[in-house]
Amino acid sequence: MGAGFSAGAWRGALSGLALAALALAAAGESLAASFWDQFSTPEVHGFLEVRAGCRTQPDPYEKEASILETRLQGEVSTQTQWAQFKYKGDVWYDGILTQVRYDTREAWMFLRPSEYLDIKIGRQVLTWGTGDLVFLNDLFPKDWQSFFIGRDAEYLKAPSESVKVSLFSDILNADFVFTPLFASDRFITGQYVSYWNGSLGHLAGNESELDYEKPDQWFTDAEYAARLYRTVGAYELALYGYFGFWKNPGGIATSGEYIFPRLNVYGASARGPVAGGIGNIEVAYYDSIEDPDGRDPNINNSEMRYLVGFAREISRDFNASVQYYVEQLLGYHGYRESFAGDQPRDEVRHVLTLQLIKLLMNQNLELSLSGYWSPSDRDAYLRPKILYKWTDNINQEVGANIFLGERDDTMFGQYKADTNIYMALRYSF
Amino acid sequence: MKTVFGIVLMSLILFGVSGPCAASEDVPSIESIVARSNHASLYQGVDCQGTTTMTITDKQGRVRKRQFNMLRKNGDTQDEDQKYFVYFIEPSDVRKMVFMVHKHVGLETDDDRWLYMPSLDLVKRIAASDKRTSFVGSDFLYEDISGRSPEEDIHELMETTEKYYVVKNTPKKTDAVEFAAYVAHIDKATFLPMKIEYVKADNRPYRVIEVLDVESVGATENGKPVTYPTVVRSEARDLESGSRTEMVFSDARYNAGLADDLFTERYLRRAPKEVLP
Repeated sequence: MGAGFSAGAWRGALSGLALAALALAAAGESLAASFWDQFSTPEVHGFLEVRAGCRTQPDPYEKEASILETRLQGEVSTQTQWAQFKYKGDVWYDGILTQVRYDTREAWMFLRPSEYLDIKIGRQVLTWGTGDLVFLNDLFPKDWQSFFIGRDAEYLKAPSESVKVSLFSDILNADFVFTPLFASDRFITGQYVSYWNGSLGHLAGNESELDYEKPDQWFTDAEYAARLYRTVGAYELALYGYFGFWKNPGGIATSGEYIFPRLNVYGASARGPVAGGIGNIEVAYYDSIEDPDGRDPNINNSEMRYLVGFAREISRDFNASVQYYVEQLLGYHGYRESFAGDQPRDEVRHVLTLQLIKLLMNQNLELSLSGYWSPSDRDAYLRPKILYKWTDNINQEVGANIFLGERDDTMFGQYKADTNIYMALRYSF
Repeated sequence: MKTVFGIVLMSLILFGVSGPCAASEDVPSIESIVARSNHASLYQGVDCQGTTTMTITDKQGRVRKRQFNMLRKNGDTQDEDQKYFVYFIEPSDVRKMVFMVHKHVGLETDDDRWLYMPSLDLVKRIAASDKRTSFVGSDFLYEDISGRSPEEDIHELMETTEKYYVVKNTPKKTDAVEFAAYVAHIDKATFLPMKIEYVKADNRPYRVIEVLDVESVGATENGKPVTYPTVVRSEARDLESGSRTEMVFSDARYNAGLADDLFTERYLRRAPKEVLP
């Protein structure tokens, strides 16, 4: 049935569900007055921001400017006895693409129909899992492009049009998320950030954007995600399942186009107090079901992913976290046998992450550093940032995205020429 | 100088000790004063809710405002464990963020703290163990809001005046805190500490918290009407930086029957109507 409708129509129908519900009910004129009385006075907030950044070295495939935008974010929220509603959207002038852009970040209706049930329907940002800027069982869409060019960290999470049903009991809680149309990551295509293009065999940028084909049939190309969780004492335990697709291109079709093969993920996590800090451990099995034995060189192999982390306060207003993250390629023998290129992947990719946050001047000045370092890929990604709150409404930010690496085809090494610094000034209301 | 100070201090202590002896009928023991003061400050009612507004004014006169709705529930009747739910309203960059605490009393157990960031739908576990950290950038510290366990200090009754018990508190673990001692003026009728002065090792005061206004808030406890004297306006001053924070607590309500569920991840992610503006 879904296939009969255009994608646009469905998208509009779902993301605007909250508004549609209002409009429908309001259509009954006699009810209209009392209907609107149910809603609390809408709260309107947002910000206006100017953000600019540039590459610190020439990049033959991209512009010198890495980010150049003036952005307005607005949000409206209201509630009734039976529901909460929220809309949040961004409109901005993008100086890199030289065009005005718009994105709905959130447009949802939330219901709490019983003591045991919560339902959230519409366009929403979703997150779960224990990683700090590392995601194993969180298969909700990420926006790496925004992250790498220095947009606010809020934009690392991209929205999806979903229905989230949460069930609660004393023994176990459960979240089920149904996304009727696959929402991929907003991955690197070359539009803003130059990258290693495997099929071209060299770095590429905005002249040769990644050619891909995304699953686009409503309901047929749906995603299902589930989390079962409970808290035991101070420890949070969870099991996860995901049935959908690789969120970044995970294969190449015979036509040369990048594709998104089917993927199932099963995992578990635990988080809680350890040795005067917070420890977390998470594991995930990525089952690449279109290449079960790993012999198809054009489709990602299955993987095991492991994460262990520890966070604690080092001194007053100074927090640190370290994590060790491992991606292990399964069916490695089959992969090596069928791999035709020069630079095969390692069987195991090791990554260490570090986060430091120091607050100063009555917590109005924030110095932070996030870092990823892979000893196996011999590359690294550093994100230093300084944020100062001039007033309750005005803050200023200066930061950098630094990519280092020996080779052009590793995870972070491919972005060396994208290393950038940026500055932002934001007025919130 | 040190000797002189020692003598003064000794005489104060002696006076403090002799004071209660002279009027032993109506002066409760120091343990009782401290316990009742701890109860009055933090544990009145089974639960409590209201809106807190902080106005932070720095030395140059620059003003910042913090506002949040708060829920608090006692975890036991021993004035020990508690749960807190803080829903931020202002400033705009933290609006709708939620800070949740499961407070554990005891020298060895850290509180469990969570932060929910709505723009990322992220539930973060906070590793902070230092309770002497500024709360939301104000001159109140985390410990001023969630309480400092009486177990952590040695208490001496220095003086009993017409209105106050004057109690000196010296930390057992001196390296964990920035003060050498603090002196509390505890109201004899309500047991609320009306003024707390923190001093450094040289007895120099550097931080003062003063209650400016107390209101009696009516409620029902075990089916009977009661009133809880509630601090509705107080001020913390940092004498070193010249900064001060006024805290106003409004719409105070007690014993609304807040459920334990409110202090779980479910409500962290989607706040209950009790805290929505």
